[in-house]
Amino acid sequence: MFDQLTQSLQKTFKNLRGQGKLSEENVKDALREVRMALLEADVHFQVVKDFVAKVREQVMGEDVLNSVSPGQQFIKRVHDEMEALLGEKKVDFDRSTHPMAIVMLGLHGVGKTTTTGKLSRRFKEEGKKVLAVGCDIRRPAAVEQLRVLAEQAGVDMLGPNPGETVQALGVRAKNHAVLHGYDVVIYDTGGRLQIDDELVREVADLTSMTGAKNKVLVIDAAMGQESVSVAETFNERCGLTGLILTKLDGDARGGAALSVRSVTGCPILMIGTGEKQEDLQPFYPDRMANRILGMGDVISLVEKAQTMVDEDEMARMEKRMFSGKMDLEDFLKQLQQMKKLGSMTQIMDMMPGMPNVSAEQKAKAAEQGQTQSKRFEAIILSMTPRERQRPQLINSKRRQRIAAGSGTRVKDVNDLLKQFKQTQKMTKKLKAFKGGMGGKAARHMARSMR
Amino acid sequence: MVSWVQALKKTRNVFASAIQGVISDGAEIDELTLEQLEVALIRADLPPRLVAELISDLEENQLHGTQPPKEVLRDGLRARLVMQETDPFDFGVKPACILLLGVNGAGKTTTCAKLAHRAADMDRKVLLGAADTFRAAGTEQLRLWGERLNAPVVSGRQGSDASAVAFDAMDAAHARGMDLLFIDTAGRMHTKSHLMEELRKMVRAIQKRDPEAPHGTWMILDASLGQNSLNQAKIFHDAVPLTGLVITKLDGSSKAGFLFNVHQQLPGIPVLFTGLGEQAEDLVRFDADAFVEGLLSLGSGTGDD
Ligand SMILES: Nc1nc2c(ncn2[C@@H]2O[C@H](COP(=O)(O)OP(=O)(O)OP(=O)(O)O)[C@@H](O)[C@H]2O)c(=O)[nH]1
Ligand SMILES: Nc1nc2c(ncn2[C@@H]2O[C@H](COP(=O)(O)OP(=O)(O)OP(=O)(O)O)[C@@H](O)[C@H]2O)c(=O)[nH]1
Ligand SMILES: [Mg+2]
Ligand SMILES: [Mg+2]
Repeated sequence: MFDQLTQSLQKTFKNLRGQGKLSEENVKDALREVRMALLEADVHFQVVKDFVAKVREQVMGEDVLNSVSPGQQFIKRVHDEMEALLGEKKVDFDRSTHPMAIVMLGLHGVGKTTTTGKLSRRFKEEGKKVLAVGCDIRRPAAVEQLRVLAEQAGVDMLGPNPGETVQALGVRAKNHAVLHGYDVVIYDTGGRLQIDDELVREVADLTSMTGAKNKVLVIDAAMGQESVSVAETFNERCGLTGLILTKLDGDARGGAALSVRSVTGCPILMIGTGEKQEDLQPFYPDRMANRILGMGDVISLVEKAQTMVDEDEMARMEKRMFSGKMDLEDFLKQLQQMKKLGSMTQIMDMMPGMPNVSAEQKAKAAEQGQTQSKRFEAIILSMTPRERQRPQLINSKRRQRIAAGSGTRVKDVNDLLKQFKQTQKMTKKLKAFKGGMGGKAARHMARSMR
Repeated sequence: MVSWVQALKKTRNVFASAIQGVISDGAEIDELTLEQLEVALIRADLPPRLVAELISDLEENQLHGTQPPKEVLRDGLRARLVMQETDPFDFGVKPACILLLGVNGAGKTTTCAKLAHRAADMDRKVLLGAADTFRAAGTEQLRLWGERLNAPVVSGRQGSDASAVAFDAMDAAHARGMDLLFIDTAGRMHTKSHLMEELRKMVRAIQKRDPEAPHGTWMILDASLGQNSLNQAKIFHDAVPLTGLVITKLDGSSKAGFLFNVHQQLPGIPVLFTGLGEQAEDLVRFDADAFVEGLLSLGSGTGDD
């Protein structure tokens, strides 16, 4: 996600780390680097200024210069400050009214309609009765777009009548929702510039006339310095209650998130990580701060793995692995589970250390990984059940047959068997470890290794 | 048609005072004004490292130079921009096929409509290809524009193969004796390699009909974005070599200063047009002087919004 910022900061800290103690001079250097990195990350200049000033104050004020590992202390300061800036904890929508209402606001093309679809689906999954309201009366096919997305999400949709104003539609939708027992109403509005007074008034009216408690600004993660002025105006005129950051599947450094969060004080409720309806994730400020500082997003990765992977299957496999009975059948299942985890690039984005790898390299490595697992899958599928259970049976003649059957080369079959052996060896080590450690700790280990 | 200057007038003149103080001829530059100037340029999304360079040029000039600071800055910026003097619609072949590319929501479909409108105004026969078969109602959006503008549109069903639509559009453009074919593509995040590969596939499909095509590959860049625009452009350029840029949404308050970085890293790709609104007529030729003037906000000191 925030690759380049991570890279710049890592570079700074690497230089700092080499030194036993920090001099005022290198604090200054480091802060200059941090400042440059944040600006290049599109953090608003005033936010950067305040941020750097605060960090400087803390670093100078305390006994950091004489402490044992000043470099690490410095990192911690920057990290803590960044985390505070991003907001402390996960915040939910305001659900105090029934039906609860959400108005989506923002510039053109940021992802309001798509996110309306994603939220509709999410609330529907919670068992709520959802109404999506298409309030974009200007852009060609905007209402049609929402209609398609609402259908995908399996929720109802209301569009404007010919000649109807946004305000009138809002009121009609509100009444309709009350009358028909909807739990959630989401108003998708058309894109507008914050400097377009007339159009901003239109959504200000909509928010007040519908009495919606949730007024959400949608922001493109790649947005530049004007993010602050956009957020300030929408906040003044509509009283924002939350932010949603979209397109985090790109490689934008995402300074807009820091900026808008710190200027409006509104929490970031969710993040968008793709075009599909399931690409909506909760926002965790602490993880984001870790990520910015190059610590990777291991927790997200583990959690993603847990929701996507069949838990029972994993438990069964874990047992077999520890009992030393792992065979190629299990290996195949493992490959298939991995596939479910989604795109390798997405996973790699969450892994520590990966920020040093460029987007292209990542894409390439992911592609290679995918081709390889596809190949492995094909090879195992060309084996007989007996071969899968007892891989030691696979002699060179069988290897030739399997290679021909799966459209691969004998070398590929050898690669697979080698990798399988390595995995087996690993699990044996784990087993020994487990024996020495006792059940509970080993389970914990195993879990954290997934 | 909205003029550039009119559109800029809509823009709140955020740093006019800061810069005007500095760049009025013969003004003294002290630490404070230099800092203000730096802030103004940063706020215009100029790459921070270029800003540092420009500031040190100004300092240098103050010590040794004779040129007024206003001109130093303006010339420094102007010299870095690339525009094209000749008619961007003139390819010397018929039909000429232009592919519109970019990340999600940049303004490709709207720009496609604007280009059709402009080309028709110049008496060119235009066909539109709706090759965004992915996004909900992506095709429908361009079809509606086509109806409004009276321009024919070749489209496929949602979920169908975009390359097939592109090929069909090429076919139709030949068969119907069109001058220009603009192909609208789906928004794609540059980080998704399979989507970038799809783009290359689309190019190969077009080339089956005409090996010289596409005659133009224009990337649409959203002015409100920041420094990431460079990475977007680089990766798109790697996938399909770009021949032109269009900057959209310049009617907003953002100044698209990232463009200097794009020019520096991908030399020689001219900015052809700028989008200044949501309507078909809100497209003007890129004007480097006006762009720099806009950056420096330069609202000629009238002080109105
Ligand atoms: N890659 C990616 N694309 C997204 C994301 N969210 C939205 N998009 C895409 O961004 C483009 C614009 O999305 P829309 O939902 O139409 O944006 P909007 O804000 O409703 O646009 P207007 O109504 O025209 O102002 C579409 O191509 C979406 O598929 C995201 O999180 N990641
Ligand atoms: N203010 C302003 N809005 C624009 C301009 N160009 C496009 N838009 C708006 O930006 C939004 C997105 O435009 P589209 O043309 O749908 O963008 P796209 O790149 O085709 O989007 P996807 O196909 O979803 O990737 C729409 O609301 C347009 O009306 C412009 O120059 N100025
Ligand atoms: Mg929309
Ligand atoms: Mg489009």
